[in-house]
Amino acid sequence: MSELLLEIGTEEIPDWMIEGALADFEKRFRETLDKAGLAEGVSIRTEATPRRLTLVAEGLALGQADREEVLSGPPKQIAYDDEGNLTKAALGFAKRAGVEPSELKVGDDGKLRVERKVAGRPTAEILAEALPEVIVGIYFPKTMIWAGKGGPRFIRPIRWLVALLDGKVVPFEIAGVASSNKTNGHRRLGKAGLEVSSAADYREKLAGNAVVLSAAERKKRIEDGCVREFPAGGAAQVRGNAKLLHTLTYLTELPTVIRGDFAESYLELPDEVLETVMLVHQKYFAVADAKSGKLVNSFIAVANLDGDPDGEIRRGNERVLRARFNDAQFFWSTDLKKSLADRVEDLKVVTFQAQLGSYYDKTERMRALVAKLAEAAGADAETAKAADRAAELSKCDLTTGMVGEFPELQGQMGGLYAAAQGESQQVSDAIYHHYKPAGASDDIPPTQAGRLVAIADKLDTLGGMFRLGNIPTSSKDPFALRRAAAGVVRILVEGGLSLGLSDLARMADAGEHTAALREFFVERLRFTLGEKGAKYDEINAVLAADDDTPVDAAARCSAIAAVRPTENFEPLAVSFKRIRNIVEKAGGVDVYAAKVVDEALLEDGAERALHGAFTNLSAEAAALKQQGEYVAALERVASLRPAVDKFFDDVLVMAKDDAVRENRLAFLAHLLRELSGVADFSEIVTEG
Amino acid sequence: MQTYQDIILKLKKYWADKGCIIQEPLDVEVGAGTMCPETFLRVLGPQPYNVAYVQPSRRPADGRYGDNPNRLYKHMQLQVILKPAPADVIELYMQSLEAIGIDLTKHDLKLEEDNWESPTLGAWGVGWQVMLDGLEITQFTYFQQCGGVDLELIPAELTYGLERLTAFLQNVESVYDIHWNDKWTYRDVRFADERQYSVYNFELADVDMVWKEFELHEAESRRLVELFNKLEDPEAIARFPLLAAHDQTLKCSHLFNILDARGAISVTERVGVIQRVRNLAVGVAQAWMKQQHSPAAEEVAQ
Repeated sequence: MSELLLEIGTEEIPDWMIEGALADFEKRFRETLDKAGLAEGVSIRTEATPRRLTLVAEGLALGQADREEVLSGPPKQIAYDDEGNLTKAALGFAKRAGVEPSELKVGDDGKLRVERKVAGRPTAEILAEALPEVIVGIYFPKTMIWAGKGGPRFIRPIRWLVALLDGKVVPFEIAGVASSNKTNGHRRLGKAGLEVSSAADYREKLAGNAVVLSAAERKKRIEDGCVREFPAGGAAQVRGNAKLLHTLTYLTELPTVIRGDFAESYLELPDEVLETVMLVHQKYFAVADAKSGKLVNSFIAVANLDGDPDGEIRRGNERVLRARFNDAQFFWSTDLKKSLADRVEDLKVVTFQAQLGSYYDKTERMRALVAKLAEAAGADAETAKAADRAAELSKCDLTTGMVGEFPELQGQMGGLYAAAQGESQQVSDAIYHHYKPAGASDDIPPTQAGRLVAIADKLDTLGGMFRLGNIPTSSKDPFALRRAAAGVVRILVEGGLSLGLSDLARMADAGEHTAALREFFVERLRFTLGEKGAKYDEINAVLAADDDTPVDAAARCSAIAAVRPTENFEPLAVSFKRIRNIVEKAGGVDVYAAKVVDEALLEDGAERALHGAFTNLSAEAAALKQQGEYVAALERVASLRPAVDKFFDDVLVMAKDDAVRENRLAFLAHLLRELSGVADFSEIVTEG
Repeated sequence: MQTYQDIILKLKKYWADKGCIIQEPLDVEVGAGTMCPETFLRVLGPQPYNVAYVQPSRRPADGRYGDNPNRLYKHMQLQVILKPAPADVIELYMQSLEAIGIDLTKHDLKLEEDNWESPTLGAWGVGWQVMLDGLEITQFTYFQQCGGVDLELIPAELTYGLERLTAFLQNVESVYDIHWNDKWTYRDVRFADERQYSVYNFELADVDMVWKEFELHEAESRRLVELFNKLEDPEAIARFPLLAAHDQTLKCSHLFNILDARGAISVTERVGVIQRVRNLAVGVAQAWMKQQHSPAAEEVAQ
């Protein structure tokens, strides 16, 4: 069995694209093997650094197996003339098949037949042919050309290619670069043109030339380095960040942790500012006090070298950070000179969206929304007042120098400035958190006032965009409306706000698209419930019953999950589905639910028993539902199972007598309708 | 101590030795070296071209009256165009840093994704910001499109921020403390410039006059390109002054920047004015392509 080593040597690939590219590289390579019948028993590993995508395949066959090929020719009657000689047609077939006429035979099907051996092609030859397409076809979110118009597209220029099958070069070329057995080490600490003979040799040569091929090992070097500088259990700890760690892992071939410090006076700046500068702008890890969680005056940078013996890298990074912090300090002190309240007027010249006016206009709309929301949610006067003030000031930080420089701090800066300028904590907290939740993994605002402002902000954007017809499609959502709507839904659910989607859609003022906006919310509700772990059929069951109030839908969803494992639930769901099918087929649940059940027409026995049980339980379940006792309500419904089973055992729904049948259908429709208040059982998918 | 001018001279010498034409700066105000015809127009069309020049780049809104240690109204860029980009372009770039005494086994160099796009030039490319010990010192771009036109040969554009690079090498905290030569500092040479132009751009520029000027240059650029587009005679096409039309476009771009700094352009207007400048730039670029591919021009190229 053979080993293939493939390395695509490139210029620095953007860190965030590398893992996706490796997965696609492997997939495309395996498909090629599959097509050639060479995939069996092959194991594939991939690795990457910013400058190389590497694939090693083991257990490759040296070539395709030989195979028998059967060619079928003209029938006997056409192949031979009356004298039994081969005709022109037969001779032509022999020629095409590449055999002597004497070798022609007639097969069992009465046609000429040639059996011939087709030699399998060598793997090297197949790969040489297929690899350029495998490589150039690797998906990247943004590609370039480098070899002139019409040249191949890739993420960055391909500068070398290693392709070795058992140590022998598999020859091919991409944009003038020929495959070879030569790789390159680290740009400055390694050699160029390193000859390699196998995957093991390759790995070893790279290691000897300052390249750590394995991303896992690079990651570990960074993590170990952090712990070396700030040991576990010490007074200060590196504030971990998975995203930055991933970035640095793929920005370096030989990551080395460098510790830097800065003047303590910068700690007067809010931690939010310090960390944004370090994390986002400088790609440094911040360091925090282990007890208080407050930042301390150190940071961790990661260099793509083996060390910093003279401290040059540390000094350089410290100097850059100092300049950044100086800027931030300047913004902080200058911004504080003008209160947020004095900035409200300035919002008139900051455009929110050309057709939706300025941020001043938006703020005014938000205040009106906050008032309505506060009333609908039954917020107390103090909360409503704080929410109104927060809404008024919420966008003022857009006019500050700090947010101009660090836009990702919008909202947070507003909150910090508000607090520093003596606004109440309720107000400053609400401003601080009003963009939350920023994504699926982010929390909702922690306070009631903050939630009201956050909903108002998102609702205003959604309403305005829908009114203008900027409704997201499956592929396009440039205004991140999905996130906004999901945010609203999550705040309602997690914040326990009992507001209805119909009301919200109306408040949002989406014009002719109000119904579409409501549907958009329902879709996000469906998504959000799924994110929270509900099964899709449970969500269907809950939303089929009622999809207007997210917090209520979520409660009913949890109730289903709690009741589902009990013995009666799923069998009853099966029966309910059966009932639905029967009634739908007969004319529809709506039709029959509108009819009155004539108790006199019920058959004695199972039908009357079921009716009795249903009548007893229906009011009780409705009362429990009314009190929000969803688990109890569902349990009551589930307890109907023996009666339902008995009914189906004993009673034929489609009775011959028209009146009996119609009455029975009406009864079942009522049962289905009235017992589906918490969840529509018939939506539950059961196994088997 | 390597002075500011030492560094410039060494970099110019380095790129001269690598076969670049050493040009002098364009004498029209620009916001970036990319806008000079030596870049913007030369990257179009099928002819190879290697050039390096220091371009004073003016960004009126970035002025800080000479008070800020890192921000300047006018900063110097060393602009290098290698068309087409050679396969060892990054190595060449790294050697240029070594030529000014940066030991890359002791300083951390990283290439971080940074794609470049200029809406006013209808241009974009992919590339990196080059980080040296955490400081962005160079923008490295493979142009893909210019003036809305797909490029035939892909150039590499290297833009060195000379003040930053020098402040780094001289280990000074403020660009004004840079030693221009052994006797004079950056402050001695440029402080008045920074202060006075900040006053002009933020406080005193006559908005009505600048708007008028903008409209005049816009009209002239448009007039020239329209005239060109009517031409059919190859000789008339070949001699047509599109470079003058380009100058007019650059004027507009700079005047727009002044108006912007002066706060004379509302946010809603802004997009529209950028679009107007872009239309001029794209008009010139497309006319230039036509001129490059005219029979007379191709004859000269051979």
